Amino acid sequence: MVKVTIDSKTIEVAEGTTVLEAARMLNIQIPTLCHHPKLTPFGGCRMCIVEVKGVPRPLTSCTTPVSEGMEVTTSSPEIEELRKTVLELILSDHPNDCMICEKAGDCTLQELAYFYGIKENRFAGERRVYEKRDGNPFIERDMEKCILCGRCVKVCEEVQGVEAIDFTYRGFKSKICPPFEKDLKCEFCGQCVAVCPTGALTGKMWALRGRQKDIKEVDTTCAYCGTGCNITLHVRANEVIRVTSKEDKWNEGWLCVKGRFGYTFINSPDRLKKPLIRIETKDEGRRTKDEKQEGISRPSSLVPHLSSLFREATWDEALDYTAQRLKEIKGKHGPDAIAGLSSARCTTEENYLFQKFVRAGLGTNNIDHCARL
Amino acid sequence: MKANNNTTIRICMGTGGIAAGGAEVLNAFKKELNLAGIKANIEKNCSMHKVGCRGLCAKDVLVDVIINDEKTTYQFIKSDMVPRIVKEHIIEKTPVIDWVVGEDYHNFHKKQFKVVLSDCGSIDPEDITAYIGVKGYEAAKKVLISLKPEEVVEIIKSSGLRGRGGAGFPTGVKWEIAMKQDSKQKYLICNADEGDPGAFMDRSVIEGNPHAVIEGMIIGAYTIGADKGYVYIRAEYPLAVERLKKALSDARENGFLGKGILGTKFNFDIKVKLGAGAFVCGEETALIASIEGQRGMPRAKPPFPVYHGLWGKPTVINNVETLANVPCIIRNGARWFASFGTEKSKGTKVFALTGKIKNSGLIEVPMGIPLREIIYDIGGGTESGKALKAVQTGGPSGGCIPADMLDTPVDFESLAKVGSIVGSGGMVVLDEDNCMVNMAQYFLQFTQMESCGKCVPCRIGTKRLLEILDRITKGKGKKGDIELLEKLSRDIKAASLCGLGQTAPNPVLSTIKYFRHEYEAHLQGKCPAAVCKELLTYYILEEFCNGCGACLRACPAGAITGEKKKPHFIDSEICIKCGACFDACKFKAVAKE
Ligand SMILES: Cc1cc2nc3c(=O)[nH]c(=O)nc-3n(C[C@H](O)[C@H](O)[C@H](O)COP(=O)(O)O)c2cc1C
Ligand code: SF4
Ligand code: SF4
Ligand code: SF4
Ligand code: FES
Repeated sequence: MVKVTIDSKTIEVAEGTTVLEAARMLNIQIPTLCHHPKLTPFGGCRMCIVEVKGVPRPLTSCTTPVSEGMEVTTSSPEIEELRKTVLELILSDHPNDCMICEKAGDCTLQELAYFYGIKENRFAGERRVYEKRDGNPFIERDMEKCILCGRCVKVCEEVQGVEAIDFTYRGFKSKICPPFEKDLKCEFCGQCVAVCPTGALTGKMWALRGRQKDIKEVDTTCAYCGTGCNITLHVRANEVIRVTSKEDKWNEGWLCVKGRFGYTFINSPDRLKKPLIRIETKDEGRRTKDEKQEGISRPSSLVPHLSSLFREATWDEALDYTAQRLKEIKGKHGPDAIAGLSSARCTTEENYLFQKFVRAGLGTNNIDHCARL
Repeated sequence: MKANNNTTIRICMGTGGIAAGGAEVLNAFKKELNLAGIKANIEKNCSMHKVGCRGLCAKDVLVDVIINDEKTTYQFIKSDMVPRIVKEHIIEKTPVIDWVVGEDYHNFHKKQFKVVLSDCGSIDPEDITAYIGVKGYEAAKKVLISLKPEEVVEIIKSSGLRGRGGAGFPTGVKWEIAMKQDSKQKYLICNADEGDPGAFMDRSVIEGNPHAVIEGMIIGAYTIGADKGYVYIRAEYPLAVERLKKALSDARENGFLGKGILGTKFNFDIKVKLGAGAFVCGEETALIASIEGQRGMPRAKPPFPVYHGLWGKPTVINNVETLANVPCIIRNGARWFASFGTEKSKGTKVFALTGKIKNSGLIEVPMGIPLREIIYDIGGGTESGKALKAVQTGGPSGGCIPADMLDTPVDFESLAKVGSIVGSGGMVVLDEDNCMVNMAQYFLQFTQMESCGKCVPCRIGTKRLLEILDRITKGKGKKGDIELLEKLSRDIKAASLCGLGQTAPNPVLSTIKYFRHEYEAHLQGKCPAAVCKELLTYYILEEFCNGCGACLRACPAGAITGEKKKPHFIDSEICIKCGACFDACKFKAVAKE
């Protein structure tokens, strides 16, 4: 353990802890932009600089490990001056169109500009101008708003293991992009969108759907697979307009493309909301063997509509019907005539209950799971 | 090998020499010696060395002809001059006096003291036996066979050797920390990235004496306990790379590298890693990232590389010149080394003397030598004969020293005190035709382009500095711009992540410090040195103009009017300030200010 003093408060922390982490344990606020607790320290934005006794120049608290007896001052007129200059420099190369930015109200840069009261800019000058171009349906990349904090690059490499994007060029022209500035072509997990502190990376489906203040957040579990990531639905006017995930949940805020962007089924008109009971045999809708062999596909007008194969039912009716049919089969052919196939999209608990039902309830060991394929 | 030779021809084959036609001269000698009917037995006695840089690049190609130990040095030799040298000098034994170097060649060498460069230019860098012939690898032998690492550290510490890569960190201390790290794997890296514009010290050392660097690395690696070394060298140095690779394989063949070096248990080998030519990759943490296959971006220190370096292991990074000093120190003793220089800056330093100087080239001087002696005794004063304005040292990280401070001793402390640095050793001489704002702008352009883009103050801050300088040199400066430059410079220095950003504003701050009046003149719309194009007006002095019409014909913009034999006139509204009329007038009737 190492003893450090930050703003006259002393704390003992484990070796390797950074000054920023130690300060946060003491509830001392230090402004940050590029730091992300789940990613390796970067040290690029320079907002988190602090004074360390005996060191002639300010150090970035997010990268500096504590050392025994270290004395840290997190705020002084000099430090605040430097932070202000840094912020002004960032904003001198930023579109500053917060009123129409997707991220407004939820943007770290905007918040810092507010706290530091930056209105005029001493350093106004040339801004980077880029064309937006990605054709993908998920991620909007507005690189004019990028502050090159490197979070997206690191999450893609360290968390997702994809390395779809990186720093390119040098100096003022430095830019984050896929190789050779091609369009983004990756897993579209959106981790990069989740960690971007500005409006540089946003979800295309979220655009113009509402400000954060009008949104009701509903914590739930993603229904796509058995992993069970915790998600937060952002609901406006009873419609899900965005999905995020919280860092303090077991999945650490990371999601996959389905969890993050695949939520439109919720309000889809095709969505099944009631149980259906079959009224016509399966074959009705299928191609015949001959048709298959000859590769003939039926024109969609000839494929029978769901409503001619199924009818809607209530849950009570559907469950009673299922129970009755299972009993009949078991009575007539014995329990081993039945098999249960469970789903990777169910939770562990659901899968447990299902196998219990099949084994103890129906009396057969014929139970399997789609994820074994 | 000298013993049984009575005729030796040495041809300067550094990059400067080759550019000036060194290879052609060499071939011409080969051809002439054959053609001129010099018999086989004479040929046998005549060895042709390819030697590295000997400093005075302005006079390339330099050729030594040594007959029975009597050396004659020729300057500006072209291949078509070779037949006469062979005929008159080698055959008839009368040197060609017209082409022999003059007094300034000797003056150039007189005030210098060569430690690192002592064998550069006199031994064949591609021949390991030549290096061994001048006591090469004896220091490594001594260290590996008879000294403990602690003893080597003691010698290097007491010699007072400090890093020549820029920061001047005591080498012995760095080695000691690395030595004490408890780690099975350690690395030693030689930094040969040399990205400062105008610098070519390290290139010349590797081209001229690569084995000295290798020997320094062997000693360093043994001391810290590293079994792997890297030389990080820029790919734009093809000759240096080639000679280094040859030297490494020769050293390996001769048992100086590899397993069980010189019969001891010490294993060490060196890999060459080519850099793609980014200035920032000379910064040690960026260099490490680059070797690791990442983009060359620095990371915050602490932790320093001696604790947490290449692949997370303790790593010593030393500059080429630092390492080349090491064998000399071991051979001659710490006290010998410490006898040169000042109290805190020991030994010698190699500088690349360039700019408006008569004798430009590579020099090695004892630390603490007054700048004046470098400029006038070695450099021969300004090339133009015009008044010297300032000397810029330390490249884009450095500052300028104005003419009235020429008595400043050249060492780490004294240069820092006047707001400049020794840096890696660039020394650019500026005369009254140089505009200081323009010079600051030049360096800022470089650092801005080379900024890795990682941190805000450097990436955006240097861009803004450059924009302000741009508008000042275009006559669009605003009141308060000088103060804004100062404020922003100080903040960039304080808040940047690595040495590049931390030093990038130095040229701005130091030119404002000593030449504020030039900045102020620009704000008033005048460039005192008549360099900044937008601030110039060209006009014709009626009393000198005889109406020949040369300017009128030269002007691409049609800004000049006038009848034949009558004074002409430049319409400043139309003039694009290209200066064609200025160059065209034979009567000095076109003036600019
Ligand atoms: C932007 C930048 C560029 C540098 N370039 C070089 C270089 O080209 N060669 C070099 O030896 N050191 C260079 N350095 C210094 C190195 O980081 C390092 O301090 C040095 O190699 C250590 O060797 P020394 O102790 O022998 O001087 C550079 C530093 C910075 C900040
Ligand atoms: S969406 Fe995922 S895979 Fe694609 S760039 Fe972002 S983090 Fe990388
Ligand atoms: S896109 Fe966002 S996360 Fe990525 S570097 Fe830019 S600001 Fe940071
Ligand atoms: S100071 Fe410049 S070169 Fe150094 S890390 Fe920052 S941006 Fe990169
Ligand atoms: S948060 Fe530490 S440098 Fe950005």
